[in-house]
Amino acid sequence: MKKVLAKAYLYFLLALLYAPLLFIAIFSFTESRVLGSWTGFSTKLYANLFTGGMNGGSALTSAVINTILIALIAAAVSTLLGTVAAIGIHNLKGRKKQTMQLLNNIPMINPDIITGVSLFLLFVFLKVSQGYATVVLAHITFCTPYVVLSVLPKLSQMNPNIYEAALDLGATPAKALWKVLVPELRPGMVSGFILAFTMSLDDFAVTFFTRGTIGLDTLSTYIYADARKGGLTPELRPLMTLIFLIVLILLIVINVRQEKTKKKYSK
Amino acid sequence: MAKDYIIDIQHLSKSFGGVKVLDDINFYVRRGEFVTLLGPSGCGKTTLLRQIAGFIAPDEGKILLEGKDISGIPPYERPLNTVFQCYALFPHLDVYDNIAFGLKLQKVPPKETEVRVKKMLKMVSMTDYEDRSVDSLSGGQQQRVAIARALVNYPKVLLLDEPLAALDLKMRKDMQMELKEIHRKMGITFIYVTHDQEEALTLSDTIVVLNEGKIQQIGTPTDIYNEPCNSFVADFIGDSTILNGTMICDRKVEFMGHEFDCVDEGFGENVPVDVVVRPEDVYIMNHLEGSQFSGKVKSCIFKGVHYEMFVETDTGYELMVQDYNAFEPGSEVGLLIRPNDIQVMHKERTCNTFKARVSDAEHIEMLGRHWECKVPEGCAEGDELVAEVDFDKVELLDHQDDGRLAGEVHFLLYKGDHYHLTILTDDGDHIWVDTNDIWDKGDLVGIDIAFGAIKLSRSNG
Amino acid sequence: MVKRSTWSLPYFIFMVVFVVLPLLLIVLYAFQDGAGHFTLSNITRFFTDSDSLQTFALSIEVALENTLICILLGYPAAWILSNRKLNRSAVTVMLFIMPMWINALMRTLATAELFNMLGFTLGKGTLLFGMVYDYIPFMIYPIYNILMKMDSSYAEAAEDLGATPWKVFWKVTVPLSMPGVMSGVLMVFMPTVSTFAISEFLTNNKIKLFGTIIQENINSSMWNYGAALAFIMLIIIGLTSLMGDNKQAEAEGGLI
Repeated sequence: MKKVLAKAYLYFLLALLYAPLLFIAIFSFTESRVLGSWTGFSTKLYANLFTGGMNGGSALTSAVINTILIALIAAAVSTLLGTVAAIGIHNLKGRKKQTMQLLNNIPMINPDIITGVSLFLLFVFLKVSQGYATVVLAHITFCTPYVVLSVLPKLSQMNPNIYEAALDLGATPAKALWKVLVPELRPGMVSGFILAFTMSLDDFAVTFFTRGTIGLDTLSTYIYADARKGGLTPELRPLMTLIFLIVLILLIVINVRQEKTKKKYSK
Repeated sequence: MAKDYIIDIQHLSKSFGGVKVLDDINFYVRRGEFVTLLGPSGCGKTTLLRQIAGFIAPDEGKILLEGKDISGIPPYERPLNTVFQCYALFPHLDVYDNIAFGLKLQKVPPKETEVRVKKMLKMVSMTDYEDRSVDSLSGGQQQRVAIARALVNYPKVLLLDEPLAALDLKMRKDMQMELKEIHRKMGITFIYVTHDQEEALTLSDTIVVLNEGKIQQIGTPTDIYNEPCNSFVADFIGDSTILNGTMICDRKVEFMGHEFDCVDEGFGENVPVDVVVRPEDVYIMNHLEGSQFSGKVKSCIFKGVHYEMFVETDTGYELMVQDYNAFEPGSEVGLLIRPNDIQVMHKERTCNTFKARVSDAEHIEMLGRHWECKVPEGCAEGDELVAEVDFDKVELLDHQDDGRLAGEVHFLLYKGDHYHLTILTDDGDHIWVDTNDIWDKGDLVGIDIAFGAIKLSRSNG
Repeated sequence: MVKRSTWSLPYFIFMVVFVVLPLLLIVLYAFQDGAGHFTLSNITRFFTDSDSLQTFALSIEVALENTLICILLGYPAAWILSNRKLNRSAVTVMLFIMPMWINALMRTLATAELFNMLGFTLGKGTLLFGMVYDYIPFMIYPIYNILMKMDSSYAEAAEDLGATPWKVFWKVTVPLSMPGVMSGVLMVFMPTVSTFAISEFLTNNKIKLFGTIIQENINSSMWNYGAALAFIMLIIIGLTSLMGDNKQAEAEGGLI
């Protein structure tokens, strides 16, 4: 009885949570320009999305490309910077370590709007013209802390002697790093990369403040502008549905990976 | 009669996922007694304790508390309290509130609560710590608070789950003495779980030795040490040499190729037995006069109070000897064992016995595999037989894949001139093996049985 | 050999330039007028402008209500998810966390469109409803996380000392999970105050929250007043993080 009630509650919440997403997904399969009116099953919106055959044409396509490119660059740089930083922080002690951890927490505690406004002021102050580069830098700023937090636990799980063992067996520090340390940290780096990638994809506020006035659009800012004009571009429906599916698959992959490493450590 | 026992456990069994963790456990605890459940890790001792506490429900059997079955009662209604292995002190409460937790739940008046908590704090010598957060305490201090938190409720029985395992050696020794003192002062019955045989011998009134879910022996520490009932107990408790022997007749036993007088009777004549010799019971001398047999010292190590020596006897057996005097390695010595110091035990088995089923004229099915062997005449396909395999006819291989069966070395016993191993197969069967090769516990092995080593006979019903 | 600890140096410099300096700039701009002279007028303007004050009060109110509803709905969900007797499915857990990874703007738009279709008038009701939708995963996750990590021996010890399951829940489970609730609060409260766009979509531009007026000021080149508003928000963040006792990072550490 208790179990039935508990399950019912969970499913009720899930139904509420997913209702809007399902709603969009269902209406991605009809041609109607107005959301909510069903004019028969069609995959035309999907076709439009891939061939660019819609109103406003290439703007949405280039927004999607921008979003992915920015996310890839930001995630790659963050992973590198964050991993190096994590190794450094792991080896710090006392007050210095606390300071670094505090610094690392600031971008995570800050609401997006603060990060966005503060970086906007920075670029204004430094008289840097805003565009692609500033958006990427901004994304690196809020992504890296998550990479650091993904890699740090791997460092503390690691047997501290294995690096020394590699040196003892004749590896140079560089070799020991590449052959011993990096393989140990790889799971954390991969999680960090995926985390950074999705954080960047999701971002709206920071991009909004740091993109300048050159007309650079990511998916978020495109949707924002689109919605403010009134009425969503119908092709956004299949796009949202696809993104929803991709995120679902990514999360499943991460979960499976995690289960595997858990099993490895419990052995 | 049973009413004299505060705890009476009857036919208790428990399985987890098809594996029997406890198998028909029976024992009782007298009021005020200090009983220790002793055994290696995985023997089921913690499961047994948790069943008494009420965290696990038994599959079968009863737990009687003062004559009443409590197996259906939830833990919060049992008048028993537990000291947990990792203390489980509530981190959000300070020392005082941790100890007062149970009393507050029972709605004991605040004044009485305070008096009782303070009294407990005093007993565990933590008087000035009541306002401290538990995170700021050392392991030993946390241990004291955990004991106080349980005892303040005046439980009928205090259950302790390896309470000293997390402490360092010195601290452990001190706490042992303190626990004994607390037990004496409070007069409460203690049931104590440990894998440390020395701790069990030091603390207990009664020891229950468990292995693989079964009770091996119940007795006082002296009984268990001096008269182990089987080779597992003899090996687990204290140092010993365990040897194969033959009971010639009452008061006469043969082992290591010599005949000895002993005090055991009633085994029958020419019966294979196990013989236990404690190293401190072997007399060693640098002359042969008055000795029973001779030997050559192989090694000699100083152990603080005594020297520990390994002596190879004239008949080729290795014997552990402890003495206050050192004997140089290489020297010839005389040895003597007195009748009182020879402990003779029934052998649990003299060969492997498996169930077998005939598959055709030249094959049987046994241990889930097919084996080629001589099937006795007159046996038809599907007949149930008993297969016997001598310990020394089982072959062990380095790689699991090389054998017909795969398994793991589960337990090993040195018998003076060979090893007696218990192998646990991947299918969960036990196979016992005599070998001269050296294996370690946990080694993964392949297992094979040679053609002709399987002796078949009709099952007796 | 170079000391390994120096490897944190590049990141330190990066953080100083892109995190610390920008935050200092917010403070700097907040206390400057358009010509770069020191002034308190931006701050006093906020405290004398009834529109700004009203928006601020409304934002705090919506954020408090949203946080409370998220705790009330989210705690039981997190508890059920972490209870091995009631839920063994990792997929269910994942389904609750997944919305965190989907663009909030998209989810909000979808929600607003759904409300539209169902014929609800967009206003404070839909705003709160939509906010709960958006933020409840951020409440469930840290609570779930801390409940999962909680050593079962605490509950057992309480039971052993005579606590019924109900008492175990209130006297042990709830107090021990407070750090999780606190980080949930941090992840819900501040973002609610600071959202822009979301409130506009959910109320059809009828209701502005504090984030929106910051954005409007910055976008219309009123940098100094925008910075002053951001500064006020920073102060609130400082206060709420102090309450949060730095536990947030811990709970967020295992985000995926």
